[in-house]
Amino acid sequence: MIEIRNLSRRFGPVTAVDDVSLTIAKGEMVALVGTSGSGKTTLLRMINRLVEPTSGAVLLNGQDTAGLPAHLLRRRIGYAIQGHGLFPHYSVARNIAAVPELLGWPAAQIRERVDELLTLFGMPPADFRDRRPAALSGGQQQRVGVARALAARPEVLLMDEPFGALDPVTRAQAQADLRRIQRQLGTTTILVTHDMEEALALGDRIAVMDRGRLVQCADPATILTRPATDFVARLTGRSDRPFRLLGLLPVADLVEPGEAEGAPVDPELSAREALAECLWSGRSALPLAGGGRVTLDRLTERARGAE
Amino acid sequence: MRIDRPGLVLAALGAAAMPLPFMQFRANRIVAGEAMAMPVWAIAAACVLLAIGAFRLPQVWRLGAAAVGIGLLIWLVGDMATGLDAPPAARASPGSGLWLLLGVFALLLADAITKMRPGLRMQTAILILACAAMAIVLVSGHLADVSVMREYAARSDIFASHARRHLLLAFGSLTAALAVGVPLGIWLHRERTARPSVMGTLNLVQTLPSLALFGMMIPLLSWVAASVPGAAALGIAGIGFAPALIALFLYSLLPVVGNTVVGLDGASPEAREAGRGMGMTPWQVLSRVSIPLALPVIVAAVRIVLVQNIGLAVIAGLIGGGGFGTFVFQGLAQNAADLILLGAIPTVVMALVAGIALDLVVKALQR
Amino acid sequence: MIRLLAGAAVLVMLLRPEWMEPLLAPLTRNGAPAIYTQSSLLGLTLLHLALVAAATLASALVAVALAVLVTRRAGAEFRPLARTITQVGQTLPPVAVLALAVPMLGFGTWPTLLALFLYGMLPIFENALTALSGLPPPVAEAARAMGYTPRQRLLKIELPLALPVILAGVRLSAVIALSTAAIGSTVAARTLGEVIIAGLVTNNPAFVVQGGLLVGLIAILLSDALTVLERRVSPYGSSGTRA
Repeated sequence: MIEIRNLSRRFGPVTAVDDVSLTIAKGEMVALVGTSGSGKTTLLRMINRLVEPTSGAVLLNGQDTAGLPAHLLRRRIGYAIQGHGLFPHYSVARNIAAVPELLGWPAAQIRERVDELLTLFGMPPADFRDRRPAALSGGQQQRVGVARALAARPEVLLMDEPFGALDPVTRAQAQADLRRIQRQLGTTTILVTHDMEEALALGDRIAVMDRGRLVQCADPATILTRPATDFVARLTGRSDRPFRLLGLLPVADLVEPGEAEGAPVDPELSAREALAECLWSGRSALPLAGGGRVTLDRLTERARGAE
Repeated sequence: MRIDRPGLVLAALGAAAMPLPFMQFRANRIVAGEAMAMPVWAIAAACVLLAIGAFRLPQVWRLGAAAVGIGLLIWLVGDMATGLDAPPAARASPGSGLWLLLGVFALLLADAITKMRPGLRMQTAILILACAAMAIVLVSGHLADVSVMREYAARSDIFASHARRHLLLAFGSLTAALAVGVPLGIWLHRERTARPSVMGTLNLVQTLPSLALFGMMIPLLSWVAASVPGAAALGIAGIGFAPALIALFLYSLLPVVGNTVVGLDGASPEAREAGRGMGMTPWQVLSRVSIPLALPVIVAAVRIVLVQNIGLAVIAGLIGGGGFGTFVFQGLAQNAADLILLGAIPTVVMALVAGIALDLVVKALQR
Repeated sequence: MIRLLAGAAVLVMLLRPEWMEPLLAPLTRNGAPAIYTQSSLLGLTLLHLALVAAATLASALVAVALAVLVTRRAGAEFRPLARTITQVGQTLPPVAVLALAVPMLGFGTWPTLLALFLYGMLPIFENALTALSGLPPPVAEAARAMGYTPRQRLLKIELPLALPVILAGVRLSAVIALSTAAIGSTVAARTLGEVIIAGLVTNNPAFVVQGGLLVGLIAILLSDALTVLERRVSPYGSSGTRA
């Protein structure tokens, strides 16, 4: 559990982060969103003390982090960034092993952990262990970067635009992988992004920052339906809002008994995709593969934010 | 007032230099000398100037302190040498303390100038001002009784011809290298397959120690002079000017060819593509787009070559090629420090001025 | 292949100098000796190499230490001055530095060694400074965020990544030192330059060629060996891909 208490950071006359308080539960994934210069990265970097706070405190499992030596604190916190920052002179395995090595894990245990992580990220250890980062694709480098951040089973994972450098297809895959692995490991995660779509896809809660202040922190549906300020509303995109809201919902949640014309759709799809299918095929209801149907009326009703 | 730590280190170095002999006086140029110390008032003045450099004052102050310090030292040397009223054979030469103090003030000057971040025009003005100051000091005759200048007075006729010879070696080899190297670079820019062998060979030449290359030119050119009709009439001979010029030319090729290739390769592909797209012929693309874009890199090669050749031309003195090296090696052979300085100081000054001036040209071209 | 030939040629010239006689004899005049025998070529070569090795090693240690110092936060203030000294220093001709060392330090091997050491620091320092400051920001950031101590960052990340560039500086420095040391024979340092200068003084091209070839070949072999070493330590693998 992370507790951020009245945290502020000033750089000369500029207040980058202004009196932010936020508590993140164990196993939760919080997406930190805002425009550039909103202070989200500074806030993130104060958690592992890459930036020292001007005032306020960060508590990790109830313990004030200011009292710990910074490098020891950082070994307990995973950190993944855009452009991955892999060490070019280390093999993939040594990169992943970096923090466990700093912590003095036995070699056999490190090796086992490296293979476990590579497998988890869909990279066969035999093929990837000994490669240099330069010999990997961008998506693979990014996965190794995240694997490295998770290597020492950190209590917290911090990510700063981790997928910013990836193309849209690779990015969607990386987001899905992250969601799956984060659920599986239960690592408390804070993710900085400027992409609302990414925040909605990944965050259990979304924290919106504007000019150094935390303006709203709530679950995705609340952010979309009840934005606390005009800034939040603009960030969620007025023209995209109904579709994003539907995007949060599996179509199975909207199923009702009955029949419908045409080919059945997968209940795993989001309501957004079901709406698109209705519009594209000109149908007013779709049959679901498991039985039952979803109607266009029900979809549009939900898109307005009604329960 | 806050301390400037690099300035403090320089000041400490300067203070350490003060007890060292400021000048050496010798009855003639061979015998061992007796040390002369700096006058007390000058020590006090130098301490004040160094102290100004050691604080975080406006850089103009530090610059002024350094300039005044250098002026003070030079005036003092001339004054002390003249004041001795020594016989013509006697030598009053600069001592280690003077050299070290001069070095300290020069570094302080450079540090202050760097931190002032002067624009190109200002830098050019400073360079011209410094050269003018040097010229005035030399022409004024204030230093006439200092050993190096006495050495100069005894050789003023051949000094000028050796200076011309030195410049001719440095600039002549540069011109030849540009005439051959730039076309060669353009060719290699197009013929990638020929690169490894040509660049490898030039690299090899660059690696050869200067003494070896200069030396090897002698038998080679003797053979040419003896066996090619008319070669000897052109002044080609085993020793002298020709082998030195050719050796310098060979050393110059790698920087010129290498930078031409790098410069042309680096010329933006979009710009070249646009040139082609608007109907330029390959020659027009080269002359109107690629070469102008590559120019700063090629001029950077001119800087490297000129500075390098001004230094290497000294070796010509060993094989009868003339230049300042003649004084240096004569001085080394006779254990005459002043004669060595007569050759080495102009070489160093020429190299520094050429380096700084061409750096400015490169910067101006990059704008 | 060329390396092997060069190596073999050096060995022949050092161990069996008399084999060169038929090649060098046509260069001599008036029955002058074709082979330098005043002292052993092997001995001179070893002295020459020892001089270069000592100077370059000392330069490398001091220059890298200084570069590390001025790239730490505490030494950052000295960086502009260090840069200025390096840039100005590299404009000074090594021959002139050697010549100037004599009035200050006297004749012989020690002044040569000191001049080589001082001059040799410049390219190494410059390269080390460039390499240590050129660490990609994400890599530096990652190391800090992962809990490397400053010392671990330097030893495990910064120096290994900078090593090839530092070695390139060492190679440059060694080649300059080899060349300048040869000229050091004019100030009575014991090096292979002695053979060339003996040839120049007695007007005997055979000596000049003998010494010149030997120094030239050794320079090429040395530079080559250091280039190979540079590739070996490249962080991007030994397969030959270079930064």
